[in-house]
Amino acid sequence: MSANERADPRWGDWEPVIGLEVHVQLSTRSKMFSTSSTAFGAAPNTQANAVDLGLPGVLPVINREAVRKAVQFGLAVGAEVNQRSVFDRKNYFYPDLPKGYQISQFKHPIVGRGALTVTLPGGEQRTIGITRAHLEEDAGKSIHDAVPGRTAIDLNRAGTPLLEVVSEPELRSASEAAAYFRTLHSLVRYLGICDGNLAEGSMRCDANVSVRRRGSNVLGQRTETKNINSFRFVEQAIDFEIARQIAVLEAGGSIVQETRLYDPDANETRAMRTKEDSDDYRYFPDPDLQPLVVSDQELEAIAAAMPELPTARRMRYVEQLGLTEYDAELIVADPDLAEYFEATAAAAGGGKAAANWILGDLTAALNRDECTVRESRVSSDQLGQLIQRINDGTISGKIGKTLFETLWNDADTRATVDGLIDARGLRQVSDSGAIETIVDDIIAANPKQVEQFKGGKDKVFGFFVGQVMKATQGKANPKAVNDILRAKLSG
Amino acid sequence: MAVPTTVRAQLEALNRGALSSVELCQALLERTGSLEHLNVFISLNDRLLDQAAAADEARAGGSTLGQLHGLPLAHKDIFMSEGLRTTCGSRMLQDFIAPYTATALQRFADAGALVLGKCNMDEFAMGSSNENSFFGSVANPWDADRVPGGSSGGSAACVAAGLAAAATGTDTGGSIRQPAAFCGVSGIKPTYGRVSRYGMVAFASSLDQGGVMARTAADLALLLANMQGFDPQDSTSIETPDLWLENLKTLPIETLDEALTLDAKLTVGLPQEYFDSGSIGARAMDDIRTVIEVQGHRVQDVSLPNTGIAIPAYYVIAGAEASTNLSRYDGVRFGHRANDAKDLETLYRRSRSEGFGTEVKRRILTGTYALSVGYYEAYYLKAQQLRRLISDDFKRAFADVDVLLTPTTPTTAFERGAVSNPVTMYQQDVFTVPASLAGLPALSLPCGFKDGLPLGAQLIGPHYAERSLLCLAHQIQSHSDWHEAVAIAGVPA
Amino acid sequence: MTDSIDIAHLCTLAKLELAESERDSAEADLRNIMLMVDAMGDVNTTGVEPLAHPLEFVARLRDDTPGPTIEAGQFQHNAPETAEQLYLVPRVVD
Repeated sequence: MSANERADPRWGDWEPVIGLEVHVQLSTRSKMFSTSSTAFGAAPNTQANAVDLGLPGVLPVINREAVRKAVQFGLAVGAEVNQRSVFDRKNYFYPDLPKGYQISQFKHPIVGRGALTVTLPGGEQRTIGITRAHLEEDAGKSIHDAVPGRTAIDLNRAGTPLLEVVSEPELRSASEAAAYFRTLHSLVRYLGICDGNLAEGSMRCDANVSVRRRGSNVLGQRTETKNINSFRFVEQAIDFEIARQIAVLEAGGSIVQETRLYDPDANETRAMRTKEDSDDYRYFPDPDLQPLVVSDQELEAIAAAMPELPTARRMRYVEQLGLTEYDAELIVADPDLAEYFEATAAAAGGGKAAANWILGDLTAALNRDECTVRESRVSSDQLGQLIQRINDGTISGKIGKTLFETLWNDADTRATVDGLIDARGLRQVSDSGAIETIVDDIIAANPKQVEQFKGGKDKVFGFFVGQVMKATQGKANPKAVNDILRAKLSG
Repeated sequence: MAVPTTVRAQLEALNRGALSSVELCQALLERTGSLEHLNVFISLNDRLLDQAAAADEARAGGSTLGQLHGLPLAHKDIFMSEGLRTTCGSRMLQDFIAPYTATALQRFADAGALVLGKCNMDEFAMGSSNENSFFGSVANPWDADRVPGGSSGGSAACVAAGLAAAATGTDTGGSIRQPAAFCGVSGIKPTYGRVSRYGMVAFASSLDQGGVMARTAADLALLLANMQGFDPQDSTSIETPDLWLENLKTLPIETLDEALTLDAKLTVGLPQEYFDSGSIGARAMDDIRTVIEVQGHRVQDVSLPNTGIAIPAYYVIAGAEASTNLSRYDGVRFGHRANDAKDLETLYRRSRSEGFGTEVKRRILTGTYALSVGYYEAYYLKAQQLRRLISDDFKRAFADVDVLLTPTTPTTAFERGAVSNPVTMYQQDVFTVPASLAGLPALSLPCGFKDGLPLGAQLIGPHYAERSLLCLAHQIQSHSDWHEAVAIAGVPA
Repeated sequence: MTDSIDIAHLCTLAKLELAESERDSAEADLRNIMLMVDAMGDVNTTGVEPLAHPLEFVARLRDDTPGPTIEAGQFQHNAPETAEQLYLVPRVVD
């Protein structure tokens, strides 16, 4: 699809150019350069040790696991892993940056050029270039409303390992940007390198946005909107920023290169009032750290231990489990859902029905009760068993749906499907003798309808089926009912 | 009471029971009290006598911690010692109580040594005269009107005045060797990475190296052995142990001479660039050269052609690293904070401007400039290229010779206040900076006097050659007596 | 190159404040230092690899094992201003 076909009528003759910088908190147990715990939510400054505080005389030591996770990411996006990379100091003053510099990688990042294939909302796939990804340490948190007139600093987050993933400016709409962010989110969770908890700030995104006249090859002046931490906000912030820039330019103004913040409450971006002194960060190699070298051996070991990635998993679901592309995409997008699916499919002895149940009844129940799949009140084991009991004819599909609701609403998650079937007498009646007796009774009780059926009014057949199911409380095997009724009515 | 002045003699006396740790500490404190005008200490350890008593008690009970049990040592006030004030000679850290202990000091503690006090120094180790201390300048024990050198000036004066048998120092561009030479004591800067930098306040990270000053090379060996060794908390720490040093710290003190015996005949290089200057230092090298030759070592000229460019390269690299190492002093988590700053920018600027002295600010500005956009390549990268050339000079020289012999300083100790131009002051380091840039071990030892002031000779070895330097210095000192000269014999009334 | 020394800008970057009286001497000192440094330009370093560290090792990595826990306020006795274990500074508005 050409760029013109993707044109958004809202922007008229303007074309947005968007690049994202996503900060991924790596899920290590200890920090990038210190042994403090990275757990979220501890009392203020109880996870900031001498190194994190930048006390005089302390020194950084690189966390091996953070390096491994960065390499995993590099391999997953088909990037060149730079086996020799260098940590630099990025110098600027801010109260939540204890040393007055951030240890980052500037000239020689650990991950070079790669690419990420993104499925857009319409189902179209696009490959977005990844410029680089580098390791760095997170800053602490500034709290502006804890103490009147003061900004309060909690350094628990300071030093948490970050992988900053920088995309090429190849995104052409806010929804593409959001889709890219989502895909990245899914990928890092599959890799197990980030917990993906957006609410806790485990992934934060800066959006570089500019606009230009359609067909122009020259990039417009860009702004950077910082610290966006939800998929929805990415889309809203970028849309706002595109509209703002177009309005400024059409009014004859010009765009100022600046850092902006997105305010979700007002749904607007605004220029940050704290001006960074300049872009002169005086990067230079951190003399406390020697160059980081990943040996061939380590690289091979990490490659060999790579988990199955979303693309491969999608293919497997389609080719081996018989899912549709669409269903596979929906399930794979969320690693938790995919995990639930795998377990359900295993318990059910097949994937197709598992996918239908998960994308149908389960998703509906999750949405209705606003819970995540991890909080599902029906376990994957229970759902798998339920599917199996439908498949082997123990219960009907209709009873299955009732039973699912029973399981969902019954707080006791230890209940087994078989136990409930027995306790509630839900076992399907397939015994033809029993069904025949009931059918005979119903035929005898409804001579008028028998007459109509025989007179060619085939629709009445449904009435008889309904009566039999009513009489058996839905437990009669529908196929058996069908066969017996047809034989008796035609006889 | 008169106490022995060397580490070895003090330990022998303690081990023999001729002296208790309490007696030794008391004697040193008394002497310190009577020589207060030297301004050697920024802080004394007020729990010292209790700790000495505990050491004596443990010894009486038959248990000693290690080789240095009960020995009081002085430390440059750049090393963290938990619970003690650690100022780095700066107003910025005037009230800073160390919340942890430096690895080097912990090693001494593990060997049983006690902390006598924390020595005066140039602020953040920046200086060659100890005149840049917020706590006042230090007097040279040989002549109180003269400087002791710097930046470890307090440590050198401490040993020279007999206030402790040994003191730690740090050396970034000569800060152990130059004051050792000015004060007539011995001092060693080990190979970069030999002594852990953890807990040693950073000046220039790729150059800083902890070391020790004492009266004799044998004492240096004993103390370095206990202070050094791999530290996982310092990413630049040398991982491969020096087996000779490791062994040394397990030996009985009496066998030290044996361990320090130099069997080999060495080839000693005289780098011509260090002698061309015709400085006082260079002219005074004949006598020590003779001692070396008499011991059967061969002396030959060598050339280190890039020596002249070392000072500019050093001041760029050290300035750049220092400018960012000192960014953490922002008045937020520790250190000096200006009163009543109404906004953050004012708080930063005033706290730092009040907390840092002139020379520190000068180096921060130099380093900031050198790293600025547009100058990084012309200054910082260029300096690192020169660093490679200087390092390669040494490598070539060490293909032909085992150690180098040079003067430590161009002059003897100068008068306080005599050098006010920073660029002139920087030239003080001309003979010490090249080895720092190359990360080489280097040792200064007394080699004579000029007008009653001590002169120092420097031995430089290849990486990891501490053993050669210490053994050669020990041999020289076994056949000369410059190191035995005493600055202040008795305590003045 | 020393013509370009802008002491006010350097002070902004380094968060220093020089009194009117200090500024001229600081600038003169810096200019003299940089004049001394400019001698570096006399040496041809074409093709010379910069030496960042005297011992050219590679980084040694640490296992991902959390260290001892930190008590509330453990490192805060040196802090100029705290409340509820938080470090305080004049209010910053983003």
